[in-house]
Amino acid sequence: MIARNQSPETQRKSLRGFVALLVAAALFSAVATFGVAALLVNIFEHKQEARNPFFRVVDLTDDTEDPAVWGKNFPLQYDAYLRTADMTRTRYGGSEAMPRTPTEADPRSVVAQSKLEEDPRLKTLWAGYAFAKDFREERGHAYMLEDQTYTERQQAAKQPGTCMHCHASVYVPYKKLGDGDIVKGFEKMNQMPYAEARELVTHPVTCIDCHDAQTMQLRITRPGFLEGIRAAKAAQGVSDYDPNVMATRQEMRSFVCGQCHVEYYFQGPEKRLVYPWTKGLKGDDILAYYEENGHKDWIHADTGASALKAQHPEFEMWSQGVHARSGVACADCHMPYKRVGALKISDHHIQSPVLHINNACQTCHKFPEEELKSRVETIQGRTMEMRDRVMDAVVALIGEIKAARAAGATETQLADACALQRKAQFLLDFVEAENSSGFHAPQEAARILLLALDYARQGQLVLR
Amino acid sequence: MMRGIAAVLAGLLSGALSGVGAYTFLYARGASYLTDNPAACANCHVMNDNYNAWERSSHRAVAVCNDCHTPHDFIGKYATKALNGYHHSMAFTLGGFHEPIAITPRNRAIAEAACRRCHGDIVQAIDRVHAGQNMTSCIRCHPSVGHLE
Repeated sequence: MIARNQSPETQRKSLRGFVALLVAAALFSAVATFGVAALLVNIFEHKQEARNPFFRVVDLTDDTEDPAVWGKNFPLQYDAYLRTADMTRTRYGGSEAMPRTPTEADPRSVVAQSKLEEDPRLKTLWAGYAFAKDFREERGHAYMLEDQTYTERQQAAKQPGTCMHCHASVYVPYKKLGDGDIVKGFEKMNQMPYAEARELVTHPVTCIDCHDAQTMQLRITRPGFLEGIRAAKAAQGVSDYDPNVMATRQEMRSFVCGQCHVEYYFQGPEKRLVYPWTKGLKGDDILAYYEENGHKDWIHADTGASALKAQHPEFEMWSQGVHARSGVACADCHMPYKRVGALKISDHHIQSPVLHINNACQTCHKFPEEELKSRVETIQGRTMEMRDRVMDAVVALIGEIKAARAAGATETQLADACALQRKAQFLLDFVEAENSSGFHAPQEAARILLLALDYARQGQLVLR
Repeated sequence: MMRGIAAVLAGLLSGALSGVGAYTFLYARGASYLTDNPAACANCHVMNDNYNAWERSSHRAVAVCNDCHTPHDFIGKYATKALNGYHHSMAFTLGGFHEPIAITPRNRAIAEAACRRCHGDIVQAIDRVHAGQNMTSCIRCHPSVGHLE
């Protein structure tokens, strides 16, 4: 307070005190107003993002192949899609970036770790087959074309153009090659040498491989799956099945993945890609199919057996598990919904659910992340333990047949043992090559491994 | 003279602050949080899925958010609203919260008590056996009655 009858000294002091109080009040008010204004803007921004804007900046057609063009309309999905280039390990899978010196033939400076070096028994299992030369942990979708182009398997054996069906975006190339008919284009490309077909494709899997450009609805574009599922349904009594017309949306959220993540073989000299599903989707159903048609992938170098190699049967294994039974699709766990602002979008960074347990698992399973992770790893650990035992048994059988052959046993004497090796090896591989380490269907994986073990031991018995 | 200037300045400062504050309160529909209207709980879009699921649930006609998620006495209700309001606005403004969002133990207990408030008569035989700390959880087996999300 400024009093009138005070000395100039006291007056100055109280004036100073007054100014200080005013400055403090102004400061307080400024900070508070700053905070409230910041909150106001924050609320404004949240209200804006709740409007879910969609800007169509480009026209997409049934011939738009480049994902970057689709990305202009769907930037959030495109950003996530690009992240499939990430390399992350999980306990039993995932890939790790290993540096390598680029060469003329293979310019890659980074590759995934070699599974052959991790487990040399695989070389015995696949002796005489290209997989014994080069087999690495699978990397993300972004690398599917590059890794296929430069794998040493290309030098070890002559690969057909059929490979493009699943290692490249082939919808537009098939259409061009078949004058508008993807099945005709598929048939033409199958018969080309790999290098020639490679010239016709540009991208790894892209938007148009799973989405209709006009409606964004899921769509099957792969002749292999269209024919495979039609044959499988026909065997169950459903005629003329067409997933693009008859499947539910939830089924399509697995079918689009099942276009490629399946067991297959190349049929006849025209190298037609066939999914062997007419006897069922289980490992032994597929083995029964091969037993009936006599198909072999190669002649085993150590034993002379007509061997089979199983390839990533994720779709088949998943179909036998409790998640499939409960109506959970591939995309529910591998592309779970995530919140971006006020938008709920499916995560196009396709990866192991173990790398984002909260979105992938906790939507249904209300348990802590650590608990869920340990459940997954328990299942996978048990499967890997069984797989190791069975692999020892199959390798032992191969060793015994090889020794018997060296000791002078004839083809006829070894025929039964070789037939059992073929069965044991395929079924073991059915679990080994499946990318969930048993998680997609734990009990089914154990059953298949048990069959494999039985065949391997039977094989040893017939040699006695 | 000085006192006059000071009073005007102080008035301007506090007036500006309360004006911006009042506008923010209105713009953020602050008053709606004092009501029982379920739409208020979905003012910020985090609860959209829960709200949409509730609209399709068996309880949509008999219970709104507050019936299950706040206690039924006046003080308990508004204390719970204040506590949750504080946590939710901090989380939504500053970000970095765990997704999917999960109910806290305190709020779970409130919801469990709310189940019993209506259905107590038919479940008291089950509850009596497991009374105390390990009280049987209704929503463990009936997760979809309110909103399955």
